[in-house]
Amino acid sequence: MSLLEIIDLKTHFPTPNGFVKAVDTIDLRIAKKETFGLIGETGCCKSVLGHSIIRLIQSDAVMKGKIIYKEKNLLEISEAEMRNIRGEEIAMILQNPTTSLNPVIKVGEQIAEAIRLHQHLNKKDAKQKAIEMLDAVRIPSPSQRSDEYPHEFSGGMKQRVMIAMGLACDPALVIADEPTKGLDVTIKIQIVELMKEITAQKAMLLITHDLGVAAEMCDRIALMYAGELVEYASVIEIFENPLHPYTRGFLDSLPGRGLVPIPGMSPSLIDYPDGCRFHHRCSHVMEICKHNHPGMTEMKDGHFVRCFHA
Amino acid sequence: MKEHNNKFMDIVRHLRESKSATLGAIVILLLCLIAVFAPQLSPNNPTMACLDDRLISPLTVPEYPLGTDHLGRCILSRLLYGARISLMVGIIVVGISAMIGITLGVISGYYGGVIDAVIMRFVDATLSFPSIFLAVTIAGLLGRGLPSVIIALIIVDWTAYARISRGSVLSLKEKEFVESARSLGASDCYIMTRHILPNIIGPVIVIGTLGMAYVILSAAALSFLGFGPQPPTPEWGAMLNAGRMYMRTEPYLTIIPGFAIMVMVLAFNLLGDGLRDILDPRKTVIE
Amino acid sequence: MLDYILKRILQLIPALLLVSVASFSIIYFAPGDPAETLLTGPDGDVDPKSVEEFRTKMGLDKPLHIQYLIWLNNVLHGDLGYSYRTEKPVFDHIITSFGATFKLAVVSLVISLVISIPLGIISAIKHNSALDISCMVGASLGVSMPNFWLGLLLMLLFGIYLDWLPVAGYGTGGDIEHIILPALTLGTGSAAVTARLMRSSMLEVLGQDYIMTARTKGVSEWVVIGKHALKNALIPFVTMVGLNFGYLLNGSVVVETIFGWPGIGRLIVDSINMRDYMMVQGCMVFIVLLFVTVNLLVDISYRYLDPRIRYERA
Repeated sequence: MSLLEIIDLKTHFPTPNGFVKAVDTIDLRIAKKETFGLIGETGCCKSVLGHSIIRLIQSDAVMKGKIIYKEKNLLEISEAEMRNIRGEEIAMILQNPTTSLNPVIKVGEQIAEAIRLHQHLNKKDAKQKAIEMLDAVRIPSPSQRSDEYPHEFSGGMKQRVMIAMGLACDPALVIADEPTKGLDVTIKIQIVELMKEITAQKAMLLITHDLGVAAEMCDRIALMYAGELVEYASVIEIFENPLHPYTRGFLDSLPGRGLVPIPGMSPSLIDYPDGCRFHHRCSHVMEICKHNHPGMTEMKDGHFVRCFHA
Repeated sequence: MKEHNNKFMDIVRHLRESKSATLGAIVILLLCLIAVFAPQLSPNNPTMACLDDRLISPLTVPEYPLGTDHLGRCILSRLLYGARISLMVGIIVVGISAMIGITLGVISGYYGGVIDAVIMRFVDATLSFPSIFLAVTIAGLLGRGLPSVIIALIIVDWTAYARISRGSVLSLKEKEFVESARSLGASDCYIMTRHILPNIIGPVIVIGTLGMAYVILSAAALSFLGFGPQPPTPEWGAMLNAGRMYMRTEPYLTIIPGFAIMVMVLAFNLLGDGLRDILDPRKTVIE
Repeated sequence: MLDYILKRILQLIPALLLVSVASFSIIYFAPGDPAETLLTGPDGDVDPKSVEEFRTKMGLDKPLHIQYLIWLNNVLHGDLGYSYRTEKPVFDHIITSFGATFKLAVVSLVISLVISIPLGIISAIKHNSALDISCMVGASLGVSMPNFWLGLLLMLLFGIYLDWLPVAGYGTGGDIEHIILPALTLGTGSAAVTARLMRSSMLEVLGQDYIMTARTKGVSEWVVIGKHALKNALIPFVTMVGLNFGYLLNGSVVVETIFGWPGIGRLIVDSINMRDYMMVQGCMVFIVLLFVTVNLLVDISYRYLDPRIRYERA
């Protein structure tokens, strides 16, 4: 039984030029303790999906579909109920730790706040637990550092703090948005190791554009393009047997495989092309691709792709 | 030249999107027209006293639509001619302050060193005084009349232009195109005018517009305190002051000119705010 | 931190010297000879002998640069000379007047902040709502309205038509009745400036990533605003107070004149009108020192309050 099931999700933002369809029909399932990677080019779609799950989207956005978590549709529950879920059941670790930490509140307090709120501990106990969390993310001298401000931490340290904050209340599902973006290679490796260890018993949706990190951490991987998923399968399948031309292109653009970029540009999120949304950039484009929009089909056991060519 | 026209049209287009800025611009245009055509629009002579017609209330007599003051002068006419004075003072003060300020600011930023230090100390010194105190003292020392007000406000106002120019210069100095221009043999003066000045125009326009608001308000305040043009000149601030004595019985003598000042100042503030949003310094550099 | 303070003070010294020269020369730019002006009798006669005596007494016969140095020395010892008009020490007059201005400034500041800060915050939270737009319109009006006009209107309404409050005067040492109209005039004007600042500060903060982080923790909106946002949005609070101070000081010139409030603003205007240039000079010196000190303190405390700046990033 999956922990999280997203059915037919659409998140559209109204703009003067039309609706920005950042999430345009997404179906996916995440099982308990599974790490699910969401890969795509740097843009806004992936993060929007993450924000949609946790329902932190701007108020004028239109969300349709279902997000089933523990038998509840998250899109239908009240804001108060949703607030209980945030942090406690589903935690999101936002991008960019430098701007995502409040500069005028001590680090320990930022972690303890969530603990007090969801686990109803008193101030002293919460603070102690926060220190334990800092220790769990391998920050040296945690009790001293918990009284410091974010700007006193390095980039890698700040990322650890973000992780500590997210995991403080022992959520069942963690959404990690680009946790290794902008970090040095050595730090990246450390963070990946840490995250693997610390989320072993949890479900995680890992949003990243870094395939290397995804390969290390994920059980399954999905590729997102133009607001929809174009392929998903186990991590091994994706790397050994990529079916969608976009996936292949993405893999080819890795340093280890030749750094070949995918030609063309991502489509506008307001006016998607007719037919297959990737057809303008596809080297295997066929007549049918220009007019018909392919559905998601299961090619092998557990390996799904949205392509006429496969 | 064509490029500049396009940029101008761009600005106008953006301005139209802001309702308040558009309103401000329209009102300013109207006020300018009023100022220019004051003689044609005024029903009466603004400075001619007519003691038989003293203190007539507004909207009672067709001959004097806004009534008359304590010396029987037509308020509407005085209002219209007063627009001329306020606008004129604004333009002169802002124009001269800008010229002085930009010149000093650009020189200061471009040459740096001792020149910069000296000019900046003058800026600091000027800014050590609260502006009205400085203006009042200078105007008071120079004697009553419009020139005193103008000089006083120029001395108060120039620093804003100096600072913004200097700031612009400092950030542009390091850019490559200045280096390349210099290596091509361009003189300092040429660089300053052709390369640096176009980049200053944006912020200067914003400061200038808001400066108009500030200067008009301050000039009115100085005149209100008695330091400005003397009667019978129809300056709005002075009119307000003259009406104070009759406030109990003829409040319109103070209400009307004050309202006029507010409208003019508001228009410039609205336009200035709108321009500031458009001409934000973060726009692209003109090379 | 300390070096910053020292650096700023050192930077100020040349500027202050320029200011002192400017202040000193006030007497010399003044039309007419001060001695003659003061001693001119009602029929326009002036006794040359008493003029001479006066000039010697006031030290007006020595060469300019000596006079400047004497003057500077006196100023640094707190001696601002004697009023031409009352022949009492300028310093005493200034202190009394400033007391009145200070009272007015404090009440005005409180009114200003009580109005502007909540309005600014709420406008930002309810961005683009009817409330927000009307507050911004109000702020624009407030900034554009001549304070002398507003003062007179308030006087008209409350003092004359409604007859609730006295029209002008100081009352018994600045009692509520007498202080409220001038304070309202000054306060609403500066509230207009502060409200906009507060609003833009709050808007900027609300758009920050860390606000989103707070929300991901499931924290209620009240806590997001009250704790996470406000702490950051109020960092410019001290700057706002400092700006208010400048506005209030400038406004006092006109407002005190209208309401007959015996403060330093009115003192300087009256002194200019009565050609008491010694007083004018003394006022200017005092005002400048006050203004510069307050600005410096505001600047320093701003740096102290923002933990990012306080800890001098590496």
